[in-house]
Amino acid sequence: MVEIRQLRKTFGPIVAVDHVSFTVSRGDVLGFLGPNGAGKSTTMKMITGFLTPTKGTVTVNGFDIQQQPLDAKKNLGYLPEGAPAYGDMTPLSFLLFIGAMRGFRGDDLRRRVRETVKKVNLDGVLHQPVETLSKGFKRRVGLAQAILHDPSVLILDEPTDGLDPNQKHEVRSLIRDMAKQKAIILSTHVLEEVQAVCTRAMIIAKGKVITDGTPAELEAQSRYYNSIILRLKGEAAGVQAMLQRLPGVKTVDVLEGPSGTRGFRVIPERGQTIIGAVSQGVHDHPWDVIELSVDRGHLDEVFRSLTMPAQALT
Amino acid sequence: MSRIGVIFKRELIGYFATPIAAVFIVIFLMLAGAFTFYLGDFFARGQADLLPFFNFHPWLYLVLIPALAMRLWAEERRGGTIELLFTLPVTLWEAVVGKFLAAWCFTGIALALTFPLWVTVNVLGEPDNGVILAGYIGSFLMAGGFMAIGSCVSAMTKNQVIAFVVSVVVGLGFVLSGFPLVLDFFSGWTPQFFLDLISSFSFLTHFHDVSRGVIDLRDVVYFLSLIVFWLFATALILEWKKAE
Repeated sequence: MVEIRQLRKTFGPIVAVDHVSFTVSRGDVLGFLGPNGAGKSTTMKMITGFLTPTKGTVTVNGFDIQQQPLDAKKNLGYLPEGAPAYGDMTPLSFLLFIGAMRGFRGDDLRRRVRETVKKVNLDGVLHQPVETLSKGFKRRVGLAQAILHDPSVLILDEPTDGLDPNQKHEVRSLIRDMAKQKAIILSTHVLEEVQAVCTRAMIIAKGKVITDGTPAELEAQSRYYNSIILRLKGEAAGVQAMLQRLPGVKTVDVLEGPSGTRGFRVIPERGQTIIGAVSQGVHDHPWDVIELSVDRGHLDEVFRSLTMPAQALT
Repeated sequence: MSRIGVIFKRELIGYFATPIAAVFIVIFLMLAGAFTFYLGDFFARGQADLLPFFNFHPWLYLVLIPALAMRLWAEERRGGTIELLFTLPVTLWEAVVGKFLAAWCFTGIALALTFPLWVTVNVLGEPDNGVILAGYIGSFLMAGGFMAIGSCVSAMTKNQVIAFVVSVVVGLGFVLSGFPLVLDFFSGWTPQFFLDLISSFSFLTHFHDVSRGVIDLRDVVYFLSLIVFWLFATALILEWKKAE
C-alpha cells in the first residue's frame, strides 16, 4: 500500500532523512519511533507529499506522490503534528470544508461528516470555534479530517500527544478498529503505545532506520528480555552466587527495594530461558520468596541503547 | 475548478465569520468618504462626477489591502494549516487562485458598498454613469494588483507584521514608479528603456486614465498581467519555502 524507496531529504548541509526504505501493507500499524529531530516528521511530510524529497520515491496504492500527487493524496489521510485546523471555523464547518475539498457533495458529504463525528465523539462541540476547544477535542477534529474519506493509508504524526489517559485510550481503540482495513503509520514518543496498537515498530535516529520489527522482537533485543526478578525476605546470603551458577545465567544484578528484603535480577544469556532453572533453585532452597516474575524486556531501554549507543551501558 | 470554488467559499465566509469584514468595510467606507468630501472638495468642485472619490483609491488601497493580504499565507504558515491544505488533493495553483479570488472579491464587496456616493452624485446632478462605471472597474482591477502583491509577500513569511510592511513598500514602489522618487533611484546607471519600462509600471498612470472613463485595453491587460505575475510568484515561493 505504501512503498518508500531510498528516501532522502537534506536541508542545506543537514541530512534530515538518509536513504530510508520500507513498505507498509494493509493491516499493518507501523510505529515510528525516534528521538526528537530524528527525521520522523520529515519522513511523514514526504510520504504525504508536503515536502519534496531530495532523492527517492514514495508510492501510495501504486501512485507516485511526486508524479501523480492528486491520485496519491486521495488515498491518504494525514494528521499533521499538533493537529492544525482553521481556528475560526467550527468542527462542523471545518469537516464540511475538508469533505468538499475531497470531492464529496450534498447528502454523501453530510452523511460522511455525521459518521466521522460519531466515530471520534465530537458531537458536543460541533458548533464551537476550533480555537476555543481543548487539546483533546482539537486532536479529535484533526483525526476526523484524516479519516473522513475512509482512506486506505493513514499517516498520523503523534496522534495521542498531549491527551489525557482516557483520551489516549479512545484514540488507540479507534486506531485498532481501523487497523484491519488500512495501512497505518504513526509516530510517537510513548513506547507503551507501540505495544498497545502497533504490529510493527521502527526506530529511526539521525535520519536512518536503526531497527524494524514487531514490538515483541524489539523487546527481545532488550538486555532484560526474559530476565527473572526474584525478591526474598531476609539477608539472603549466598543467593547471588548460587543464582550465578545456574545454567544459562549471564549476570545477576542486585536490585534496590524495601528494607528487610533482597531483590535480584537474573539476566540470561541471549536466547536462553531460565525461568525453569530459577524456579527449581527456589524449590530446592528454604528461601522466603515474595516475588518471582519474568520480565518481558523494556522498550525504553532498547530505545535508549539504540539511539544513544555511547551511554547504553551506564 | 470546483476545488477553487470550495477554497473561495471557505475564505470568503471566513472574512465574515471574524471581525475582519466589519472592521475593514467600516474603515474603508469612512476613509473613502472622508477623503472624498474633505480632501477632494466633492461639493465645492461643483461637478457631478466621482473623480475626487477615485483619486484617493490608490492611497487607500496602499495601506488597507496589505492589511487584508498579510494574513493570506502568513497565517497558514503560522498555524500549520498550510501542511493540511497541501496534503489535500489540491494543486498549488488552485489554492493560490482560490484564496486570492476570495480576498479580491471581498475588496469588491467593500467597493460596491460605496454606492451611496454614486446615488448622491446622481441626485445632485447628472453625471456620466459610464465614466463612473469605468472608475469602479479600474479601481477594482487596481485592488487586485495590490492584493496579488500582498499575497506574494505574505507567502514569504509567517510574520504578518513583516508581510504588511513589505507589501506597503512594494505597493508604494508600484504606485510611484512613474515619479522622480522612484525614477531618480534608477536614473544615471540604467539605460533609458529601463526607466521607461519602470515608469510604465505605475499604478497611478494606468488608473488615471481609467478613472476618467477611458478603459484602454492596455490598462486592463496591465493590471491583469500584474495579478497573474504576482500570483505566479506566490506559487513559486510557496513551493520553494513550503517547509519553513
